[in-house]
Amino acid sequence: MAERLLEVDGVSKEYRLGQLNGYTLHDDITSWFARLRGKEDPNSKIGTDYRQQNGTMLALDDVSLNVDRGDALAVIGLNGAGKSTLLKLISRITAPTKGEIRIRGRVASLLEIGTGFHQDLTGRDNIYLNGAILGMRRSEIDAKLDEIIAFSEIEKFIDTPVKRYSSGMYVKLAFAVAAHLAPDILICDEVLAVGDLAFQQKCLSKMRDVASEGRAVLYVSHNMRTVSELCNRGVYLERGRLTYDGTTERAIELYGGSGIRDLDRDLDSMPRPKLRGETMRMLRMTIRDATGIEYPMDGAMSFTLTSVAHVPDPALRVRIMVYSSMAAPIAMTQTEPFPVEAEETFSVDLRMPLDGIAPGEYAVKMSLASLTPTGKSCLYDTIVDVGHFVVTDDPARNDGFHWQERLWGNFRLQPLQIEGIRR
Amino acid sequence: MQRERGGWDTIIRPRHGWFDIDFKGLIQYRDLIWLLVKRYFTLMYRQTILGPAWVIVQPLLTTVIFTVVFGNIANLPTDGMPPFLFYMAGSITWQYFSSCLTTTSNTFIQNRNLFGKVYFPRLCMPIATVCSELINFFVQFAMFLIFVAFYALRPNAAVAPNWRLILLTPLMLMQLGLLGLGFGIIVSALTTRYRDLAMLVSFGVQLWMYATPVTYSSSMIAERFPGLLGAYMLNPITPVIELFRAAYLGVAEYSLRYNLISAGTTLAVLALGVVLFSHTEKTFMDTV
Repeated sequence: MAERLLEVDGVSKEYRLGQLNGYTLHDDITSWFARLRGKEDPNSKIGTDYRQQNGTMLALDDVSLNVDRGDALAVIGLNGAGKSTLLKLISRITAPTKGEIRIRGRVASLLEIGTGFHQDLTGRDNIYLNGAILGMRRSEIDAKLDEIIAFSEIEKFIDTPVKRYSSGMYVKLAFAVAAHLAPDILICDEVLAVGDLAFQQKCLSKMRDVASEGRAVLYVSHNMRTVSELCNRGVYLERGRLTYDGTTERAIELYGGSGIRDLDRDLDSMPRPKLRGETMRMLRMTIRDATGIEYPMDGAMSFTLTSVAHVPDPALRVRIMVYSSMAAPIAMTQTEPFPVEAEETFSVDLRMPLDGIAPGEYAVKMSLASLTPTGKSCLYDTIVDVGHFVVTDDPARNDGFHWQERLWGNFRLQPLQIEGIRR
Repeated sequence: MQRERGGWDTIIRPRHGWFDIDFKGLIQYRDLIWLLVKRYFTLMYRQTILGPAWVIVQPLLTTVIFTVVFGNIANLPTDGMPPFLFYMAGSITWQYFSSCLTTTSNTFIQNRNLFGKVYFPRLCMPIATVCSELINFFVQFAMFLIFVAFYALRPNAAVAPNWRLILLTPLMLMQLGLLGLGFGIIVSALTTRYRDLAMLVSFGVQLWMYATPVTYSSSMIAERFPGLLGAYMLNPITPVIELFRAAYLGVAEYSLRYNLISAGTTLAVLALGVVLFSHTEKTFMDTV
């Protein structure tokens, strides 16, 4: 069994609300005085999240996690799920409220582009400074300097102050330093967003090397393509809790959607973005004429949507947006406009043709929309994920070929036409 | 210790004791301190006309102004020392201490972007600052020595350096730096909670200078307010500046009594500073 490099043991991180930004001695005294009199702290913020109780918020809630040598671990979750907090705790930027983190070896975090770079220093000086900040000795940097410069691909500008660098050059240099640190645990948080595609590939392969050399990588990204390329393990964080620990594929699926597969779905209780679902609300979705959520290629999904309108709209539409398992938007379709009256509950029977959608699992985002005079969408209600559907692979319908989602994407165009063959 | 850690190199726990200070880390990161000092000098005088000459111009002008205002206009006595040297000795030592204090006092606020992204022993920053200030001081000190030599080598020399006291110079410089560091990191630890302190620092340091014999001699206090002298000498900077002057400009006799008290105060301030600072560094990202 591979040696354990990191153990996160029942870690929670609690943030006090209302004291997060700037406070003065005066505030402390008024808070203290209010507590003394048993009144509510006048400096505490009003929270709405369920995690926020008594003026505190649990950014991480009893998270446990082990990382062994050779792991390339994807930490996946929506914004605010606690990914960055977890990485901050592991990289010792702040301390946990509960629990314990045990680390073997050196941790290097590549949390943001050019952390610790100084604008006025040259690239070379910054390599030394940044390396030292990340914990390298000067002799180590000396030994690796040429390798770092070569990897960064900016030999020509290495003695130019970095303030003249483009953001891409910045990332390249920053990544080159961190990658050559030879850390036992390399933490990468959304670092490859900049940099061109070729460099991204180079970084990914460097990170893969880190893992295959028996070290470990913790990778956070919303780019599921890079996640699936790099990682051999995935965890999924949901509102501060670690709800899944296993394969990368499943973690990505969880990110892509909740994976609801029921035929009869209670939409009323599903979470919505702010300000949606107030003037009109989708209540229920019932899949018709099917026993599961699997559909053949070029099939159609039939369902009934029941909604309530509190305001009238002469031209309402039901809109469906299809997301791939990599959480990338694939396609949109919507109904003809139809009128609704105020305080009316209505059920619409819908049929969604799946022509052209390639085999794979998809998440459905659904909205009640109408057109504004400026050509924008007025969204009365939106549910980010009302559930999944699966288009099953059928080689017979694809000239005998199995569909390769990673290479071919999610959309199957009409057959390529041969207009003539000349020999 | 190693057994208790079960082979782990780092264990991160929520409640760190007050005395959990990462000295080992500081030693590991000594190259960082050196590089930060180097950065300071690379960047300090970038895009200035006089460049490094500022290190000398500043104290020279201050000394001239002090000599004119306090020596010639206010006519304050200087214990028989040449006023120009008297004020220069006071102003370069004070300058060294006060810049250590003010620069280290905003360590957390100034570096919060960096501190929020990557861990290294935070004490590296203020220590590097003090080292940089010390190098600055050496330049000014060299200038001061030239002036002292100029006065001392003239016939009827007005200054008589006390060689035995001069041997204490390293201790004096260390004490000034550590005092600046100690007070600075106490303030920096507290400013993460109370920003008010940041306002207070520049003002407070100015007031403090007048409570220290920089522009006048402590013998004036001894003459006019003999009852207050004991309290006056509790200011840990005072005995150091007095000793510095006694060593290089010469006085008939000098008692190290107050210097011992001041050394004790320095150690206490420094210890308190390091404890407060180390305690703050673990969670300050949540409050800044």
